[in-house]
Amino acid sequence: MTRQYETVIGLEIHAQLMTETKAFCQVANEFGLGENTRVGPVSGGLPGALPVLNDQAVRLAVRAGLALNCAINKESIFSRKNYFYPDLPKGYQISQFDKPVCGEGWIDILVGEKGAETKKIGIERIHMEEDAGKSVHLANYTLVNLNRSGVPLVEIVSHPDMRSAAEAVAYLKKIHSILVFAEICDGNLEEGNFRCDVNISIRPVGQKELGTRTELKNINSFRFVEKSIEYETARQIAVVEGGGIVIQETRGWDSAAGKTLSQRKKEEAHDYRYFPEPDLPPLVLSDEYIEEVRENMPELPEAKKERFKKKYTLSDYDAEQLTSDVALSAYYEDCIRRGAPAKKTANWLLSEVLKELKKLDDVSVSDSPVGPKALTELVQLIEEDKISGKIAKTVLEEMFATGKSADTIVEEKGLVQVLDTSAIDAWVDQVIGENPKIIEDYQSGKTKVFGFLVGQVMKLSQGKANPSMASKALKKKIDV
Amino acid sequence: MSELFKKSFLEIRKDLDEGALTSESLSESLLGRAQDENKKNNALISFCEDSLMKEAQLADERLKSGERSALLGVPIVLKDIISCKGHRLTAASKMLENFVAPYDATVTTKLKQAGVPILAKANCDEFAMGSSNENSFFGAVKNPWDLERVPGGSSGGSAAAVASGMSPISLGTDTGGSIRQPAALTGITGLKPTYGRVSRYGVVAFASSLDQVGPMCSDAFSSAAVLECISGHDLHDATSSQAKVPSFLRSTIAWSERKDLKGLRIGLPKQFFVEGLDPVVAQEINKVADFYKSEGAEIVDIELPHVKHSMATYYIICSSEASSNLARYDGVHYGHRSERKTSNLDELYSRNRAEGFGDEVTLRILLGTFSLSSGYYDAYYHKASQVRELMRQDYKNAFSKVDCILGPTSPSTAFKLGEKGKDPVQMYLSDIYTLATNLAGIPAISFNSDSDSKLPIGVHLQGSWWGEEKLLGLAAYYQKRHPNSLRKADS
Repeated sequence: MTRQYETVIGLEIHAQLMTETKAFCQVANEFGLGENTRVGPVSGGLPGALPVLNDQAVRLAVRAGLALNCAINKESIFSRKNYFYPDLPKGYQISQFDKPVCGEGWIDILVGEKGAETKKIGIERIHMEEDAGKSVHLANYTLVNLNRSGVPLVEIVSHPDMRSAAEAVAYLKKIHSILVFAEICDGNLEEGNFRCDVNISIRPVGQKELGTRTELKNINSFRFVEKSIEYETARQIAVVEGGGIVIQETRGWDSAAGKTLSQRKKEEAHDYRYFPEPDLPPLVLSDEYIEEVRENMPELPEAKKERFKKKYTLSDYDAEQLTSDVALSAYYEDCIRRGAPAKKTANWLLSEVLKELKKLDDVSVSDSPVGPKALTELVQLIEEDKISGKIAKTVLEEMFATGKSADTIVEEKGLVQVLDTSAIDAWVDQVIGENPKIIEDYQSGKTKVFGFLVGQVMKLSQGKANPSMASKALKKKIDV
Repeated sequence: MSELFKKSFLEIRKDLDEGALTSESLSESLLGRAQDENKKNNALISFCEDSLMKEAQLADERLKSGERSALLGVPIVLKDIISCKGHRLTAASKMLENFVAPYDATVTTKLKQAGVPILAKANCDEFAMGSSNENSFFGAVKNPWDLERVPGGSSGGSAAAVASGMSPISLGTDTGGSIRQPAALTGITGLKPTYGRVSRYGVVAFASSLDQVGPMCSDAFSSAAVLECISGHDLHDATSSQAKVPSFLRSTIAWSERKDLKGLRIGLPKQFFVEGLDPVVAQEINKVADFYKSEGAEIVDIELPHVKHSMATYYIICSSEASSNLARYDGVHYGHRSERKTSNLDELYSRNRAEGFGDEVTLRILLGTFSLSSGYYDAYYHKASQVRELMRQDYKNAFSKVDCILGPTSPSTAFKLGEKGKDPVQMYLSDIYTLATNLAGIPAISFNSDSDSKLPIGVHLQGSWWGEEKLLGLAAYYQKRHPNSLRKADS
């Protein structure tokens, strides 16, 4: 390769809003129910049905705008985007075109080695729209499920400010975390309620104008975003290096093949014939309303992290980890409310609990078989010297396996830590008696063997001896 | 009982309230009349016999228990683009030939709650597009005054139903004159309310920013009673207004009993009396102006400078909106599905729609699709919206000087079936006086004049936003002093 290339990436994120009902009718907004059971005259596009805007959707869209530092437009309008498809029963999608609800905004992402630097990514706009239904393509026919038809969405359009797959993923994760913390979107990628389109082009380093872009449609995992960008960057460079030109087109990500494939060329693009939706008056928002939405904003991840660091004297790393996931931070604070010690609980949650959950096929922390109450009880047993940390690990495994409480397991298995000096002395004496050679080594200056001897005492006690008492008793007896 | 259809609305009301007549016997008699007349004029697409008799019996129980209200027990005919649960909703199109409505339109719900039995669904132009009711998949409607002539359109079935005595009251819809022009051509009273006065929920949309449901009735009193019943804010229609609904019937009666019209200013726009207007119609409108003047009203010359652009503006806006509103009729989830084998999705759509829509509907979808297309939007739809705003301004200026604007509803009396031939512009010209009303969103009424002409001549009064009371009042004032204007088609 003779020239160096720069990748230019912009993302369009579609996030379903966590409303009780659909965007323009009173039908419940629920996922995963029987096919076509959440459809009414409006979401089914029946003759004569009319849309009425869901106030809750407006509130969440404004909240998204505020959370992403966007200007909120006090007057915005809805438009119709016209195209024919079987999962679009009206033949048009109600969206926003030239006057969206939110204008320019931005977020900071961490980039570079170990996230050492911050980079500002610009947001061009956020608009509201409705989701289409879902088409399931089978061998000879297609089935349409309209449960998703009319589910409210926000589309968050970034500026082409990202320069690598890693930056795109960092941006995507940051937006995801903000939307989930702000209770705007469930953020469930598998259910498709958070998905994105990637606009990508390349240009020789130093060139100002943008290259011809391709659009990668509907990618629904962070990993696929990364992989598809890497693939597409390499593909575009290969095209240019081979003397060809990149064609403006829509491409899909084939995750099985690990490739992007052409779907639709520019000439085949739809003319959506946007025009103002005559069934909906302009959306007018007052300053008071916008302020009220701002005041009722749930705590965002960055504010939560700072609060955790301060209030619970946690390290930057622990606080970052705990606030990387809304369920995890809620779990943690639930433990604290039950009187769990802050630092120790953070350690146990971030290392041991997460490890156990991983074993269970990545069960979400909110569905953990060991809940905040059970974990608090376990950590308190350690804190009160009832069990050692080592024993506690086996107790936790047992708790995950049986669902029993820490107290019960400790009781049943007789795992209570031994603090009785005479019992500890007896184990120490026995170890001394059984290891004359090693005692001699120790006493002649090979102090390294001390650890082995403590281990023998612990083993003899089946782990129940208080380790520091055992160590002290041993030292007292063999030191010369 | 067979002469029941000759009674006026207030006479029927009195008989029902006094127990001289039951809703059941009235409904049965009108149903019989409707079945007979329909053979001649084809005003109706479907009859609602079964539910009609049940609804009439319920109304009788309410009457017996002492309940009294303006419409209780009086049967109505609905234009067949208004949804009525369990009955066919065809929009006079092959596309929806067998579509049964699964829900009630808000106006239907309001009528049912008021105890109004629903008699039948009326024929109309397909998807309410037309001015002669010749564009119906179910055949043309004939004018009860002369069966060789058209009743006007698009609500020609509702008009003919009232004119032929099938029912004293009906509902039509008006996008550019579809209530008023057929009311004029069949000698009845028809009112297009202020945009937003009546909910559009459950009414097959033609052009959303122009459509309004309104009464088409035997006189101003029944029109007022029906308007009062169907008006008001609806949570299912974001464009329906929160404006208070006046007691239209009471105010209309009060207007009819006024001693004179002193203090009232009626505008007469010069540009209405131009080439293309039948001199007989012009003469009749001048007579009506003279009448109001003799009653004390002041007749004022006014100008509406942008109204001359109404036809171009109207057809761009209504076709654009229609092209989008009718996209849902694709034969996939419901509607006409082609029996021919198709090899791909686009072909399926094309065949379903080409077979399901008639010529006029197809023409307007094409026109609208073109106007909204990338590269043409600014020159057509956008510019039309700007001209529309100028017209609104014209009316605003006019209503700062006058209470209402008088003119002809239609440039001519009812024309012969087939007369306007295949030239759409000739047909479109028959709505030239009514289009601007919808573009401005103001209310307007058409009522029959007291002419000696063999065919009815419609008087058109346009009012300011939310000013329906004056329009109904002036119509009632005229009708009370010209009983001959209320004569029935075959009398």
